[in-house]
Amino acid sequence: MGFLTYLINGLSLGSVYALIALGYTMVYGIAKMLNFAHGDVIMIGAYVVFMTMSNTGLPIPIAIILSIICCTVLGMVIEKIAYAPLRKATNLAVLITAIGVSYFLQNIALMIFGSNPVSFTSVISWEGLSFAGGQLRITGNAIVTIVVCLVIMAALMWFVKYTKPGQAMRAVSEDRDAAMLMGINVNATISLTFAIGSGLAAIAGALLCSSYPSLTPYTGSMPGIKAFTAAVFGGIGSIPGALVGGLLLGIIEILAKAYISSQLADAIVFAVLIIVLLVKPTGILGKQIKEKV
Amino acid sequence: MSLLEVNSLGISFGGLRAVDEFNLSIEQGELYGLIGPNGAGKTTVFNMLTGIYKPTDGKIFLDGKDITGKKTAEINKAGIARTFQNIRLFGNQTVLDNVKIGLHNSFEYGTATGLFRLPKFFKVEKEMDKKALEILSVFGLDKQASVLASNLPYGKQRELEIARALATNPKLLLLDEPAAGMNPNETRDLMNTIALIRKEFNATILLIEHDMKLVSGICEKLTVLNFGSVLSQGNTSDVLNDPEVIKAYLGE
Amino acid sequence: MKKLNKSTQKLITSISVIALIYIIVCIMDGTGNLSSLMKGLLVPVCAYSLVAVGLNLCVGYLGELSLGHAGFMCVGAFSSAFFSKTFMDVIPDGPRFFLAIVIGTVMAALFGFLIAIPVLRLSGDYLAIVTLAFGEIIKTVITVLYVGVDSRGVHASIKDMMSLGLEPDGKLILNGAQGITGTPRQSTFTLAVLLLILALIVVHNFVNSRTGRAVKAIRDNQIAAETVGLPITKYKLIAFTLSAAIAGVGGVLYSHNINMLVANTNNFGYNMSIMILVYVVLGGIGNISGSVIAAAVLTMLPELLRDLQTYRMLIYSIVLILLMLFNWAPAILKWREKYGLTTSAIVNKFKKTKEVR
Repeated sequence: MGFLTYLINGLSLGSVYALIALGYTMVYGIAKMLNFAHGDVIMIGAYVVFMTMSNTGLPIPIAIILSIICCTVLGMVIEKIAYAPLRKATNLAVLITAIGVSYFLQNIALMIFGSNPVSFTSVISWEGLSFAGGQLRITGNAIVTIVVCLVIMAALMWFVKYTKPGQAMRAVSEDRDAAMLMGINVNATISLTFAIGSGLAAIAGALLCSSYPSLTPYTGSMPGIKAFTAAVFGGIGSIPGALVGGLLLGIIEILAKAYISSQLADAIVFAVLIIVLLVKPTGILGKQIKEKV
Repeated sequence: MSLLEVNSLGISFGGLRAVDEFNLSIEQGELYGLIGPNGAGKTTVFNMLTGIYKPTDGKIFLDGKDITGKKTAEINKAGIARTFQNIRLFGNQTVLDNVKIGLHNSFEYGTATGLFRLPKFFKVEKEMDKKALEILSVFGLDKQASVLASNLPYGKQRELEIARALATNPKLLLLDEPAAGMNPNETRDLMNTIALIRKEFNATILLIEHDMKLVSGICEKLTVLNFGSVLSQGNTSDVLNDPEVIKAYLGE
Repeated sequence: MKKLNKSTQKLITSISVIALIYIIVCIMDGTGNLSSLMKGLLVPVCAYSLVAVGLNLCVGYLGELSLGHAGFMCVGAFSSAFFSKTFMDVIPDGPRFFLAIVIGTVMAALFGFLIAIPVLRLSGDYLAIVTLAFGEIIKTVITVLYVGVDSRGVHASIKDMMSLGLEPDGKLILNGAQGITGTPRQSTFTLAVLLLILALIVVHNFVNSRTGRAVKAIRDNQIAAETVGLPITKYKLIAFTLSAAIAGVGGVLYSHNINMLVANTNNFGYNMSIMILVYVVLGGIGNISGSVIAAAVLTMLPELLRDLQTYRMLIYSIVLILLMLFNWAPAILKWREKYGLTTSAIVNKFKKTKEVR
């Protein structure tokens, strides 16, 4: 029974990683950049939920919607100010700017909220389910997180496949110049990508902090890196890849913590990533791109 | 024995048969042309000959030695050098250094010798400079030795690519559309250059070309490729008068 | 006089500037004009510069983005500190520190080599993430490692100190998350500057040698490099190993400058790798002396802003973003061109003033 509990906890953590990884993978696919500040948007989202709940007493759904709106706007503003002017610059220049934005968000949060951790109240009050006479308990947090993740993933896949903005996204990710020639508004499409990615980050932030309630300005950093790892794991640029990568990463992390060593869990996660990439150099669901000679 | 002997070479990409039953035999000192419509598989043949693609079937012999499926670098050491349709120079390095990289395997000193600048470093570097300038002067590029390769005009870049290939001291030189993107004047210069190369470097050349004037002007033998198969093969004049070839080029 | 080529001229200029700064700093120190804060930064600046020089070799000349160079710094730091502490009372100070430098460098090179074998099969962002992963693994493993020495030899464990079963007179050297305490503080500014200059010379010689040319050729066009017969893997391995070794030297300086050496996210984790990358990009990819300047300025900047307390990292982040926009945004570049503010225009102006004088 212990194993099943761990597995479900892993799935739940993996779902959060998958949601964050989506933001990385979509932005990477469409803007061809590594948005290092994505993890910190999660942290901002979590603080918005926390502040709304503790200061205004508004109901939880409103707090979450508010947080989604804040993060969406934040994501778009960051893109417009810091990334859009650099669209033609080298990848590394954009990467460093993203690092600058990441530091900026962390330090703004540090100024406003201080460095002491605040205790986040779970946004899910449901106790969860109990099976086999209480031997197997599944928390409400875990169930809601997994379900939310799956629903969002399905909705996003539908969006990208069947809607007009979704098709524009796919076109831009395949060939930006050709898309522009076909009359697609590339800037708007990139903006939309950042908006969706950041909105998802807000949800991920609320879910992450519901399971791991200690919130600091640095909360987003490590999950951000791991989610990026998950995106690469699954094949960066691929939406199903983000799901597969995220879930696997979450499960490996929780099982490693439970059965091997909690201190070494991160090292084990990264070791598995390395092994996977060596066997399949473009990730689990990534496409092999060969240079044309 | 022929210098290059290719027997029933073939390659498939997924379900697509790109080249099938390709045979070729080139004698020492020949200038051989490989022609055919776009998408006929000419560059694919080059890529197989240089080990960039692994052939699915068939054998390639250079000077009697089996080089089928060997690594690109090994094939170069065995004696095949090439140029590319879309020029591939080392753009951030000087013209001289491009040729010196071609000389890499002909001159030897270790990494440590370079790191600590032992006497051997200076000696070998001097020899390499001399040899590289010698090759460049054949192309009239020696005056531009210290220019960055990417700053050369287009026609000169093509010539530098040939110079770099020759620096590896090949038995067989493969030229992939050397006249692509050149105006008639530049093409004429190129024909002269190719004639000069044959004399100076005693090279055997296989070239892909679209420019019929160039092909009929300098090639002794031709192979015509169409849809991945050999359409016609033999002496230049015979091949160009082959009704099958005329049909493929001009339509019925 | 023999005509020197451009990169040699640049090397000589860089070395002269470093020497000049060194002399100025020494004079300031001698006359008591150097604040203790600045004094404390001298060795770290050199250490970070070294790691940045190593990383620039990897990014600028090998053309591969590594996000794990803090890991090599970590290996250099811990292996050398381990050696120094183990042989604290056995070998006299001077030779011991020399050996520590050698050991730190060689160990970092060894790790670089071992990691490069699998990593260099990948490319681009996949390679970057795997180097990041290796860096994190190195850091994490060191924090759970316990190593002690007694008369029976060396004991290691990943559980705790007790399971080492040391004899009463045994010495605990690496104490898990508490790291290594009491490493002799032997890194002096003079030595750090000398090592930095040595690294500059080594990199200069490397990139202008037969091997270096091959490495640059592979960076510029791997397929063309293969068709002229270059063994790709061999040269990539050599460049990556050298790059890791130089980062290791930075680690040795770092560990012999502090009393308590611990591995955490900020000093040896991806945060540090990224900070070093910032130095490399701001200093100019492939521009080795630029890395040194950027490392020095950006290490000093937050410290100089210390009076501003909470705002300092915020200002740092804004400066970083603005610098990147100033250097890369097409709109701003156009504006700079209009008002004659491009780098080349400024350099030319500077050159002219010098000539007039």
